Amino acid sequence: MDEAQSLAVQQKKVIEEGKGEKTVPSRYYVPNADIYETDDALTIVLEVPGVERKDLSVSLENDVLRIEGQIDFSKYDGFEPVYSEYNVGHFARAFTLSDKIDPEGISAASEDGVLTLTLKKSRQAAPRRIAIQ
Amino acid sequence: MNFSDPFEALLGLQRALDAYRSSNWLGSGTSGGGAFPPINVFRKGDTFVAVTEVPGIKKSDIDIQIEGNTIRLAGTKSIDYSGKASIHRRERLAGRFDRAITIPVEIDTERVKAEYQDGILSISLPPHEREKPRSIKIS
Repeated sequence: MDEAQSLAVQQKKVIEEGKGEKTVPSRYYVPNADIYETDDALTIVLEVPGVERKDLSVSLENDVLRIEGQIDFSKYDGFEPVYSEYNVGHFARAFTLSDKIDPEGISAASEDGVLTLTLKKSRQAAPRRIAIQ
Repeated sequence: MNFSDPFEALLGLQRALDAYRSSNWLGSGTSGGGAFPPINVFRKGDTFVAVTEVPGIKKSDIDIQIEGNTIRLAGTKSIDYSGKASIHRRERLAGRFDRAITIPVEIDTERVKAEYQDGILSISLPPHEREKPRSIKIS
């Protein structure tokens, strides 16, 4: 085996009933996420395969960043399943942000089933030198 | 909206079968189940459709080969963190994959179509002419 490791299947984690507070009876999964920080921004990368751009929603309320992706099941109309290795469902996940994030400076992009959110840090969060009196 | 869930029923059955097989009652299987990427196979009319979730993999990084009744999917998933980022959470995996699945009919390789959208690869696999039933007149 060379330097690149071979990929393993990641089992989807279903959102427990009652916790996700969903009112529609369909299954929601927690999308896999990477979070990394650079000097001026925090980036959240989420895997939402099968969700079209128009069916993605990102909202910010009371410092909670909520991401939802809806699967369009009509694409499976007329498809009779014969063999199955993974389950299909909507995606939802929420993150609580610290006050270091500038709520006006959040941008989102999606490509190949991956949603990338870039959260700009607020000015206050930039390191500040405090003068000693 | 459709509340019955064909995925759940089938997946449950499949898991039970897999558990049965991995208990070594029937010896080792050949399906390659459990390998990346996970594949769902559907039937639409007489055409099989293999659907797989490969989020974050570029179209150009997926190699599809078809021969007889076997489909081989190979490629690489790479994750790029910009320069000097410090990583807080890492749930996504990167690496190579290479797997094959076999479907029960011979595929017409000339008419195979593959589509890639939003991290979902969908390969439509029409059966070869030889697989089509022929009606025989009784003389």
